[in-house]
Amino acid sequence: MALSKEQIAQRIAKEVKDRYYVNLGIGIPTLVANFVQNDISVEFQSENGILGMGPFPFEGEEDPDLINAGKQTITALPGASFFDSAMSFGMIRGQHVDLTILGAMEVSQNGDIANWKIPGKMVKGMGGAMDLVASAENIIVAMMHTNREGESKLLKECSLPLTGVKCVKKIVTNLAVLEIIDGKFHLLERAPGVSVEEIQKATEGDLVVKGDILEMKF
Amino acid sequence: MIKKTVANVREACEGIADDMTFMLGGFGLCGIPENIILELVRRNIQNVTCISNNAGVDDFGLGLLLKKHQIKKMISSYVGENAEFERQMLSGEMEVELIPQGTLAQRCEAARSGIPAFFTPAGYGTEVAEGKETREFHGKMHVMEKAFEADFSFVKAWKGDEAGNLIFKGTARNFNPAMCGAGKITVAEVEELVPAGELDPNQIHIPGIFIQRIFQGEKYEKRIEQLTVRKRN
Repeated sequence: MALSKEQIAQRIAKEVKDRYYVNLGIGIPTLVANFVQNDISVEFQSENGILGMGPFPFEGEEDPDLINAGKQTITALPGASFFDSAMSFGMIRGQHVDLTILGAMEVSQNGDIANWKIPGKMVKGMGGAMDLVASAENIIVAMMHTNREGESKLLKECSLPLTGVKCVKKIVTNLAVLEIIDGKFHLLERAPGVSVEEIQKATEGDLVVKGDILEMKF
Repeated sequence: MIKKTVANVREACEGIADDMTFMLGGFGLCGIPENIILELVRRNIQNVTCISNNAGVDDFGLGLLLKKHQIKKMISSYVGENAEFERQMLSGEMEVELIPQGTLAQRCEAARSGIPAFFTPAGYGTEVAEGKETREFHGKMHVMEKAFEADFSFVKAWKGDEAGNLIFKGTARNFNPAMCGAGKITVAEVEELVPAGELDPNQIHIPGIFIQRIFQGEKYEKRIEQLTVRKRN
């Protein structure tokens, strides 16, 4: 069975380690916060200017001056801090943030990522994604393996305008966990009940399968 | 003490004219200069270029200027959530330049700080870098980006004093500090304006030297774009 969006987030949460500062993108990445282990210390950064982001406020306690990058009302946890956008991206470009988790429309086998523009359709903009992918050392992409038409989103080359070049190292999809090494996708884990053949079929780019590929554990 | 107070938003916006470039603070609808935006709508200034991370929503924030076709060009990082914006962009009525969010913030701060240009890795190898100088530092490619030039910076703070010193609240800080002193004239609107001496100098986020005019805004709506809450157990 392919993973649900929640399960993708749950698998990615295992990559979040103790004492990490983590930037979560909009969409599946936002869900990761719900699955991070309770026994580790993690701070979430939102690029609009908060470290130590907490859960949504209780009804009636929402503050219009306290939102995340998705413009949702949030709370600040003990130890949180606020800062301006220039400092926020200084943190990101200066590689002070340990892990960046973001979504993608396409990823290529050399690590290029496209997630901000579909020519001819509505262009919403890149927001902070270009700064994040250009600077972060540790990027995990959360995405569906194929589009609604069943076409692969893990490609030899991206067809959409790029967000960044050669920056993605790890990908968690609804079918698999993959790593990009030397210009190829390497299969690390498969979703429970999904065969290597199914993953191969859903991957347009070169896929390296070495040894037994185990099912993901949650 | 050098006094920066003006009586109201009308006085604060003295000198604005058609074809000018404005910087406007805010992230989504959080921390936007609400009073000044309404004044720009009232004065019906035309052909303006707006440097602002977002473009408001259809009936609030910069969306109000869009509706009256006052904006010639938007320079932003993210412009979703606005149907009229989409229509004007696709029809070619309005020019849109999308740039990475960190680059947007840094181009403001560079303008404030006397740095004409800087190198950033953001956007290298993408269409954002087309036509721009690129250079390698520490084995990594970077793109040269230039400081913005703007006629006015319009910012919103939580508290301010007569000397123009500002304190921001929560994530309403966002782009506001970087824009202070980045335009030729910076106008700050605040929720609470106090006499000099009432704010602790240790707590000031932006010193008054960067602010030319300050006034206390009225009737803050502070609209929430995405209300998300959890239920009490």
